[in-house]
Amino acid sequence: MALIGDSNQVVRKAIADSLSLPAFILFFTMMGFGSLMQNTGYHAEMAAVATLLIWGLPGQLAMVELTATGQGLIAIVFACSLANARFMPMVVSFVPAMQRASASLPRQLLDAQMLSINSWAMCLREFPKVEPEYRHLYYMTFASSILLAAVIGTLFGFYGAVILPAVVVLGLIFTSPLFFALVLSATPGSAERLSMLSGCAIVPLAHHFFPAVDLLITGLVGGSFGFLAARFWQRGDDD
Amino acid sequence: MTTEWLWIAVIACGAATFAWRALGVFVVRRIDPRGPFFQWVTCVSYAMVAGLIFRMLVLPESELASVPLAVRVGAVVIAFAAYFAFSRRLVAGVLAGSLSLSTMVHWFS
Repeated sequence: MALIGDSNQVVRKAIADSLSLPAFILFFTMMGFGSLMQNTGYHAEMAAVATLLIWGLPGQLAMVELTATGQGLIAIVFACSLANARFMPMVVSFVPAMQRASASLPRQLLDAQMLSINSWAMCLREFPKVEPEYRHLYYMTFASSILLAAVIGTLFGFYGAVILPAVVVLGLIFTSPLFFALVLSATPGSAERLSMLSGCAIVPLAHHFFPAVDLLITGLVGGSFGFLAARFWQRGDDD
Repeated sequence: MTTEWLWIAVIACGAATFAWRALGVFVVRRIDPRGPFFQWVTCVSYAMVAGLIFRMLVLPESELASVPLAVRVGAVVIAFAAYFAFSRRLVAGVLAGSLSLSTMVHWFS
C-alpha cells in the first residue's frame, strides 16, 4: 500500500480520523469535566483554560475533585501532577515516532504540550500509513482538532447545554476506555504487548495499596517486566 | 475561594503537567531511540496507559462504578466481537460496546 505523502491528503486524513470518533469522545468526556468545574465554583474561562493547559483528564479531575473537598493549593497541584506523570514516558516514546530529527527545542516542547493519550494511541496506529516527513503534520492537525473539540465540550458541559438521560451518559463515558482498548489491541511488538498485559494485571493491586501513585507503579513494574521478558524471549530465539 | 486563588490553581496544575512533558523532551533529546533505555521507557508508557484503561473499565471512579462489573465486562466483549466482525473498524466496536452497555443498564435497573 502506498504511503500518504501529500500535505492536503494528510490534513484531510487527520481531520477525518479525528471526526471518526476521538473528537466526539473528547467532546463528551470534557462535558463531564466542564460540569464538575461549574459545580465546584470555577468560572467558565477557567474550565476552558484548564482543558487547554493541563490537557490530561486524570490530572484535571484530580484538580477539580480536590478543590471540591477543600484541599490546599499544594496538595491540589501535587495530585494533578502525579495523575499526569504518564506524559513523561509518553513523550519519550512518541517523539522519535514522528521521525523529525532537526526540530528545535521550543518546537518539541510545543509538540509535547499538544500530546494526549488520544493522539498518542491514534498516531502510533496511523503513522505507518503516512510518509515520515508528513507525520508531524498529521499529528499537529489531529491534536489541534481534538483539542478544539475538547475545549468546546468543556464549555458545553459548564453551561449544561446538553442534558442527556443517565443511561445515555453512562454509554458515553464508556466510549473513552473502550476506544483505547480497541486501538491498543492492534499494538505490534512482543515487548509492548507483554507490558500492556502485565500493566492490566498489576493495576488492581497497585490501586489497592498505593492509590495515589498506582499508575506510576503499574508503569514501572509492568513495563520493566515486559521489557525484560521480551529480551529474554528474543535471546532464546537467537540460540 | 477567591477568583485569584482558582486561577492560580488552574495555571499551576497546567505548569505541573507541562513539567512532565518537558522532562520527556529533555530525556528524548539525550537518548538513542534505538537503544535499550528508549525501549524500556516505551514499555513503561504502554504499561501505564494499559493500566489506566484497565482501571477505567474494571475499577472506575466515574459514574460507571454504578454499573455492575459483569455488565461492563459483557459490553467490552461485545465491543471486541463487533470490532473484529466489521474488519477492525473502531466505530463499529465503540458503538456496539457503548450501546450494549446503555441497553443492559436500561433493562436491569
